[in-house]
Amino acid sequence: MKIVVCVKQIQNPEIPAAQFRIDEEAKVLIPVSGLSPVLSPFDEQAVEAALRIRDRAEEGADIEITIVTIAPKGARAAIKAALALGADNAVLLNEPTFDGGGGYVTARNLAETIRAIGDVDLILTGRQAADGDAGVVGLGIAEILDIPAITFARNVQTADGVVTVQRVLQDGIETVEADLPALVTISNELGKVRNASMRETMRAAKKPVKEWTPEDIGLDETQVGSSATRYELERLYIPVNEIECEFISGDTPAEIAATLAQHMREENLI
Amino acid sequence: MTDNKSGVLVVVEVEDSQPIDLGLEMLALARRLTGIMGGTVTAVAFGTGLETTGETLTAYGADQVLLNDNEIFTNFHAEAWLPDLSKIITEVEPALVLIGHSESGTDLAPRLAFRLDVDVATGCESIDIVNGRPHMTRSCFGGLAREVITFTKTPALATIRSKSQQALVPDMKRSAEIKHVSSILDVNAIRTRVVNRDREKAVGVQMESAKVVIGGGLGLGGPEGFKTLNEIAELVDGAVGASRAACDLDWCPRSYQIGLSGRTVAPELYIAVGISGASHHMAGCGNSKTIVSVNSDPKAEIFKSSRFGIVGNSQEIMPALAEEIRKLKA
Ligand SMILES: Cc1cc2nc3c(=O)[nH]c(=O)nc-3n(C[C@H](O)[C@H](O)[C@H](O)COP(=O)(O)OP(=O)(O)OC[C@H]3O[C@@H](n4cnc5c(N)ncnc54)[C@H](O)[C@@H]3O)c2cc1C
Ligand SMILES: Nc1ncnc2c1ncn2[C@@H]1O[C@H](COP(=O)(O)O)[C@@H](O)[C@H]1O
Repeated sequence: MKIVVCVKQIQNPEIPAAQFRIDEEAKVLIPVSGLSPVLSPFDEQAVEAALRIRDRAEEGADIEITIVTIAPKGARAAIKAALALGADNAVLLNEPTFDGGGGYVTARNLAETIRAIGDVDLILTGRQAADGDAGVVGLGIAEILDIPAITFARNVQTADGVVTVQRVLQDGIETVEADLPALVTISNELGKVRNASMRETMRAAKKPVKEWTPEDIGLDETQVGSSATRYELERLYIPVNEIECEFISGDTPAEIAATLAQHMREENLI
Repeated sequence: MTDNKSGVLVVVEVEDSQPIDLGLEMLALARRLTGIMGGTVTAVAFGTGLETTGETLTAYGADQVLLNDNEIFTNFHAEAWLPDLSKIITEVEPALVLIGHSESGTDLAPRLAFRLDVDVATGCESIDIVNGRPHMTRSCFGGLAREVITFTKTPALATIRSKSQQALVPDMKRSAEIKHVSSILDVNAIRTRVVNRDREKAVGVQMESAKVVIGGGLGLGGPEGFKTLNEIAELVDGAVGASRAACDLDWCPRSYQIGLSGRTVAPELYIAVGISGASHHMAGCGNSKTIVSVNSDPKAEIFKSSRFGIVGNSQEIMPALAEEIRKLKA
């Protein structure tokens, strides 16, 4: 079975707000210096989901896990992390022409990459990339390839050409299945990602990483990156938060609580 | 623009035969936008038991209502919605399509965009019209930044965040054309099969409509902390939510999660207890009218978004608050 996991490398999404910077003029993120980029968290969990499928597979089952990323600015950290976790190989689309695509172009280019890889049974993506927070690319790939898609998975299993997914609902869980090939987007409820083992980390450096150009996926330069995009970024900014916090103090918890309760009563909330 | 597309189409979700609040909020947005760029507001609802839905949607701002009343639409299933919705949008030719940024909307909208070969802006907080084109403002970078985007192809699709808009006061005198459409769905074309669905029975006040929401985080120290929060919520007819970190540790049900990848609330009062105030969390409660936070760390980020702050131990403050509220109510 061939599994493709689409991953994106991003700036650590959990940095303190005070360190986060935007260049409003250029409408881009200013990377925090000295901070190493990471695999987008849901994508890291998508790699984990693929590894769990392989862990559960019968002895001798041939499961190949390929990492795919569009990363014109490089994605060394993300690829290394994914391979060290246990993925087998990677395809990297890192030509400058791939830059500035946006959701529509990214989905289209990833779909063509998956076609070029050939005979892929299962595609895993994150529910959303933790920089743009869009949640568009996974479903887009499925629509373009005309295969079924199941979103927000917390558990993915495959057997006999069928993928079975526990899908997270706001107030519960549903079990959904589809025939392969299919695409599944992974949510944080999948849980903890394993630590890279020493053995896999050592092997990672020797795993094959292919670098593909637009021609390798059957597209010309007008079909990739910003030349194919249909959206315009008008503005990018950090919203200002002008709230002045008034601290409620008192000698005892009871006194503090009484003041808060009194406020609530005045606001007609009690 | 050179095409004839105009107006706004709103996809309204229906629950127990009633349009959900988010649908009504989007109708208000659609009215405002058509007021600027012209065209009409079309509301589309899929479901069962839609006898009164047309009138309701009219009162809240629709000029035209299309109802697809059919057993197959009792429960949401993206693949079942797609063929009919694509056909309706192709026929109505709106310039803009609004879909709720809800559990189903986030599953539906991207598929719909690619099927129609257009683009979608997810999780929008506001939309303005500049030179006749929708400029969509959405949160990105985990809530730390906002981007304003436009699309060169129409219709533009946008999913709208709950509580980012305010529904209009219903006007029963409004009239609209209410049409029933019949489904073109071929059920054999549905490729994903729901084999089991397990929803927790909602108890107490729903978070989205509660006037008071109390959110608990890791600073509660453990699952017991949620007991006190539940007690207070009951006293004030409020609801309890949580940070993702608390949900991840199973201190509370998954459904409590507020934030970027959880629910969106905008109550009169949000009390954040032992929550650090990560942008991912604030993305789900930042529109609350008043935020009060209880945190042992005076430098906690959450105080920057709070109207009132209490620096203290949640395990002391919260039981005391329960006690004081009880006294006031006595
Ligand atoms: C892509 C992405 C999506 C995410 N989505 C969400 C989401 O939807 N919702 C969400 O909530 N998070 C989300 N997160 C996680 C988020 O970034 C934070 O990690 C999380 O909100 C932290 O939860 P917390 O505030 O409970 O815990 P912490 O950050 O650990 O904060 C605990 C707080 O409690 C205080 N405290 C400690 N002891 C006490 C005490 N005795 N009394 C009072 N206060 C005390 C501490 O000072 C601290 O401020 C997401 C993260 C990513 C990367
Ligand atoms: N540049 C990229 N390269 C590879 N995969 C991507 C890229 N961008 C997005 N994805 C995948 O698509 C998912 C959703 O992304 P988005 O629609 O941008 O939120 C991510 O979690 C990734 O799995």
